[in-house]
Amino acid sequence: MKTRIERFIVPVVVLLGWELFSRSGYLPKALLPAPSSVVHALSDWVIGYDETTQSYSGHWAKDAIASALRVFAGFALASLVGVAAGVAIGWSRMFEKALEPLLQMLRPIPPVSWIPLAIIWFGIADKPAIFLVFLGAFFPVLMNTIHGVKTVDKNLIRAGSMMGATERQLLTSFVLPAALPSIFAGLRIAIGSAWMLTVTAEMVAVKSGLGYVLWDSYYFLRYDIVMAAMISIGFLGFLSDLGIKGIMAHTLRWQATTTVQGRF
Amino acid sequence: MASIELRNISKIFTDPKRGELLTLDNISLDIEVNDFLCLLGPSGCGKSTLLNIVAGFEQPTSGTALVDGIPIERPGSDRGVVFQHPTLMPWLDVIENISLSLRLRGMSRSERHERAKEFIDLVGLKGFEHHFPSELSGGMNQRVGIARALLMNPRVILMDEPFAALDAQTKLEMQEELVAIWERRRCTIVFVTHSVDEALVLGNRIAVMTRRPGRIREIFDFDLPRQRDITSPLFNDAKRHVLSLIREESTKVVSP
Repeated sequence: MKTRIERFIVPVVVLLGWELFSRSGYLPKALLPAPSSVVHALSDWVIGYDETTQSYSGHWAKDAIASALRVFAGFALASLVGVAAGVAIGWSRMFEKALEPLLQMLRPIPPVSWIPLAIIWFGIADKPAIFLVFLGAFFPVLMNTIHGVKTVDKNLIRAGSMMGATERQLLTSFVLPAALPSIFAGLRIAIGSAWMLTVTAEMVAVKSGLGYVLWDSYYFLRYDIVMAAMISIGFLGFLSDLGIKGIMAHTLRWQATTTVQGRF
Repeated sequence: MASIELRNISKIFTDPKRGELLTLDNISLDIEVNDFLCLLGPSGCGKSTLLNIVAGFEQPTSGTALVDGIPIERPGSDRGVVFQHPTLMPWLDVIENISLSLRLRGMSRSERHERAKEFIDLVGLKGFEHHFPSELSGGMNQRVGIARALLMNPRVILMDEPFAALDAQTKLEMQEELVAIWERRRCTIVFVTHSVDEALVLGNRIAVMTRRPGRIREIFDFDLPRQRDITSPLFNDAKRHVLSLIREESTKVVSP
């Protein structure tokens, strides 16, 4: 029980201090909304009971779904392409020589700097956002997959060929499962990047979603809604990571005893 | 016809630090069907390299290696390998690891598991079918590796110091089990080891290798009946002979 209480001390103190500071009037209320007014805005945005969030009242689910779909689309695309390219580069010298220089040159370019091109190529809608999410999520998946494939125990491959595996079977039944822990590490980094880039894209190139609400509220000086949007993004990002962690714990249950719970 | 024929095998490794390294020097060796041949030699003498050539993991620099008269070009399921470390797929449970070669051939799950049962019983792992390798001891994992090789029903089983990492008692048990399996199933086994006792407990032919560059110093039949008593005079005579061969070798290296 003691650890339960310890867990809440710091957050409660911070929230209380923030509430008091905000109410003290030291800063204009609009610039630093109190936690209570953020909660007020968030709950009206979610269930729409007194229209403090005006046109957003009750629209949270729609905004959240719009963002989540972009995250999911870009992330899924990046995972597929990232794993495929990573396996190819990690496994074959030819692909490594052909693809890696170009990809490593593209990697340091911040995905955000693609926004102008994304807008002229794809217009203002879902596509530029999905493109940006793809760019942000692709490289972590790619790098971790390459690492995972390259560090597969050589003896596992030998065991595979001893059992008569074809080249294709070596890839699908030995290299890929052996690389899965690294691939999942990449996927977890990627889902975080995906949320960051969805929100960034929505602030600039899309007219819906949590990022759009955040940026739009900034123009109306509604910092309570800005913060409500920030909290929503954090919460949904946390949920996405939890989902991937769940899939990972199931898929990698063979190593569960050594990593996930193996410390005690 | 011999099961495995090695003709003038030499292997040179190119090592960036030391240049060219002659590891195997003109080795010729016939291994007959149903032989239990122990390749005995000091660390670094190239005995594992020789085994890897038969397995198809490595190619000789010169010479030919044949299994049943056919040149060895690549690894294949006609030669089962038991590695020094179990080398199981950590993501598969015991029964799936043992029957993996059948899955690669497209056999259905139920059929696979039916076939695997016999070998699980054989190596004494009943009740552990659905454990992952990370949940088993080293000795148990090594048994899984042996069962995996046996299930392939290979013409030849190649074993690379498979018991080296086990404690003394487990090693004894496993050696007895292996001899029992070999007597029952009658297959050709090539067993690499650096332990004189192990070679003399297991083999019906013993090939003693020299230090690097590896050559066959002597090869002899050893037909002591089993279970072999490692304290019997006959066993000790053989051991004395092998040890004297090894001692000759080490003095040769000290005074070039």
